[in-house]
Amino acid sequence: MLVNRKLILAHFWLAFGGFGLALLLGAWQMFVRSPLYAWISNPEWYYRSLTAHGTVMGYVFPTLVAMGFGYAITESALQQRLVGVRWAWAGFWLIVLGAVMAMVPVALGRASVLYTFYPPLIGNAFYYVGVVLVVVGSWIWVALMSINLRVWRREHPGEPVPLAMFANVAGSYLWAWTAVGAALELLLQIIPVALGWKTTIDAGLARVFFSWTLHAIVYFWLMPTYIAYYTIVPRAIGGRLYSDSMGRIAFILFLIVAMPIGIHHTFADPQVGAGFKFIHSAFTALVALPTLLTVFTICASVEIAGRLRGGRGLFGWIAVLPWKNPIMLAVAFSFVLLGFGGAGGLINMSYQLDTTVHNTQWITGHFHLIFGGAIVIMYFAIAYDLWPHLTGRALPDLRLARAQLWLWFVGMIVTTFPWHWVGILGMPRRMAYYDYADPAISPQAFSVTLSAIGAIILLISGLLFLFILATAHRQTATEAGAYRFSVAVHPPTTVPIALNTFALWVALMIGLTVTNYGYPIAVLASRPDTSVPAVYVGAQ
Amino acid sequence: MSAREIFSSRNPYFAISVGVVAGIFVLTAVGGFIILPYAQPELKFAGIWDVICSAAGLPQRSASSDAVQPVRRLSEVVLTPTTLAHPTQESIGRGATLAQRCAICHGPTGVSRADSPNLAGQYGIVIYKELVDFRSGARTNAVMAPFAVNLTDREIVDLAAYYAFLPRLPAYHPQQQLRKPRVVIYGAPIRGVAPCGSCHGSLDNKAGSPWLEGQSETYLKFQLHAFASGQRTNDISQQMRNIARAMTPQEIDEAAAYYASQPSEIVKATD
Repeated sequence: MLVNRKLILAHFWLAFGGFGLALLLGAWQMFVRSPLYAWISNPEWYYRSLTAHGTVMGYVFPTLVAMGFGYAITESALQQRLVGVRWAWAGFWLIVLGAVMAMVPVALGRASVLYTFYPPLIGNAFYYVGVVLVVVGSWIWVALMSINLRVWRREHPGEPVPLAMFANVAGSYLWAWTAVGAALELLLQIIPVALGWKTTIDAGLARVFFSWTLHAIVYFWLMPTYIAYYTIVPRAIGGRLYSDSMGRIAFILFLIVAMPIGIHHTFADPQVGAGFKFIHSAFTALVALPTLLTVFTICASVEIAGRLRGGRGLFGWIAVLPWKNPIMLAVAFSFVLLGFGGAGGLINMSYQLDTTVHNTQWITGHFHLIFGGAIVIMYFAIAYDLWPHLTGRALPDLRLARAQLWLWFVGMIVTTFPWHWVGILGMPRRMAYYDYADPAISPQAFSVTLSAIGAIILLISGLLFLFILATAHRQTATEAGAYRFSVAVHPPTTVPIALNTFALWVALMIGLTVTNYGYPIAVLASRPDTSVPAVYVGAQ
Repeated sequence: MSAREIFSSRNPYFAISVGVVAGIFVLTAVGGFIILPYAQPELKFAGIWDVICSAAGLPQRSASSDAVQPVRRLSEVVLTPTTLAHPTQESIGRGATLAQRCAICHGPTGVSRADSPNLAGQYGIVIYKELVDFRSGARTNAVMAPFAVNLTDREIVDLAAYYAFLPRLPAYHPQQQLRKPRVVIYGAPIRGVAPCGSCHGSLDNKAGSPWLEGQSETYLKFQLHAFASGQRTNDISQQMRNIARAMTPQEIDEAAAYYASQPSEIVKATD
């Protein structure tokens, strides 16, 4: 029951349009800092582009996908009209306003501070205010998800919340709480300096605040992907979800342990004590748990589909899977990329191993593999799956969609594998220019060239994706039927209250934030001697 | 089930999840705050409380040694792009009178014939910062220091306003313009040297960095060597010392010759 299709389509189109532009910038960056190009001679252009790429890809694009998908889930899983449509539009327009407000100073070169802000670098205040508006717009969505679930519960007392909605609301709560870190950094620290009310900033405290957001935001990006694993994939390939409870437990675990682990981003920072670094490192290890549960459950669900299609033997069911179905292809690619990316992540979270790769291109390779690879490829799958229901028209040609997914998969591997490799060789990240004639890095020239070629493949795939979505609007109208989610092998009739509500889990999430972040933040905030002069970029 | 029932020890989900989470937290805390610090033989602790405070990141002064004091006075100036942005006419006028005593080295029009810096049209906050540093002793020079020590805050602001107001004039010894050397445009990333041009003009300008076009080659070279040897220390956070130390003597020569050869009129007007 998708009623507000226009609202959902607006979110997806804005998300994917921004994604296309940011992808173009990303490919340009890969090209100009590779040995294929002489060098633009002005690092400022590079950082300007990098700031725009990161801001759109990190804040605007995944937030809009999560919101649009969230509205679609609300209407189709709960079988009720969305409550608060006007507020939803208000949230959407706030994000449009915020994105434009943030991008204008970036385009003018007044805020080339990268999307992770990096105080004491300070850019134009409009950039930060724009980012705040994007976050505020998404908080409206969080509130709407909660309200819609409440409305449904009132009419269906005691019934199990459909898994898609349960996971969707878990993701929205995770986002609401994790965005608080960056919001505190922006409102209490950066914006007062950007407006000229203060000239010094506690850069160490700002980094701790940002780490509060920076890791769990990845799990917020991941939520639509995991929801698609559990609630789209088994249905799309003609199977059944192996376990509904396992899904609930995985999303609950994400809610609890995705949050109190961000200090592993500041392993090299002197302002955080080694004890807290160890605690965060250990909790980061725990976050592998819901992913392992998911990999197990989804593989089991896919096996069910294979067996239902007549597959036999230990591996015979794999061959008979519907490999021509884009969703099947996407989930297989996503798992392969997730496997490699996850293995890299285990290295990053280790206090000792991290010292080898910290601030090298390994890290950039890692998060592109996880986010750009495992996560975004499922965003494509979600769009392909939802599009006929949103537009009332079938996709033009599934061969194009398969080619697009293949290109993305190959492109992502060609881009990120050499990227990891040069990181191990010690190539630093966040640099605009590399002198490949220097004997110290000339052996890396080949890998970087390969990486840039991968970026071109990704760009072609991204443009093809937009082409498919756009041409779908001009196909002849067909009736796609109601949008449905996977059915579990044993559909839940009753669910323990703890697996049907969030209070306990949100309380644990906040409690762990207090134990794992409380002291480092309190001690830095209370000391008078931790501020440094701000460095204003793009001014004078 | 109401909230009270969820948050009750009789609810197994509550008891188990809170127990497991608390258990993991306590275990990791014991590991991170007690066992691991003790596992590092090079760390010496007075007692268990000392160990915990150290692992928590509480800055503490070790009993055996006092905090290291810098050998030299450091600059205490904090600049923003808006510092001294709009000087008054009175301030510029007072600065003109005060500047008469500077003319013997820096020239009556702010252009030097004595390998001292040309000040005409230099950014106001740059002159302000150097004068404050000369006055405090963060920057030392046998000739400049006696002029600076007795200046008041207002006099320093006035002088900065006056020199910023003066038009940029051609250098006294104009040279043929040289090509941009690599270090000015690219820096030397492998050695951590940012391009000169990313702060001092040619590419971009950052608050507090002087423009260098048409300055004396001897002066520029001398200052780079002074930063490299640690003789000059008034750069905030060692920005220039870190760069100058990593520059080769040839790069220093090239950068100084290049900037000296540029006409100062090309500096982008900012006001």
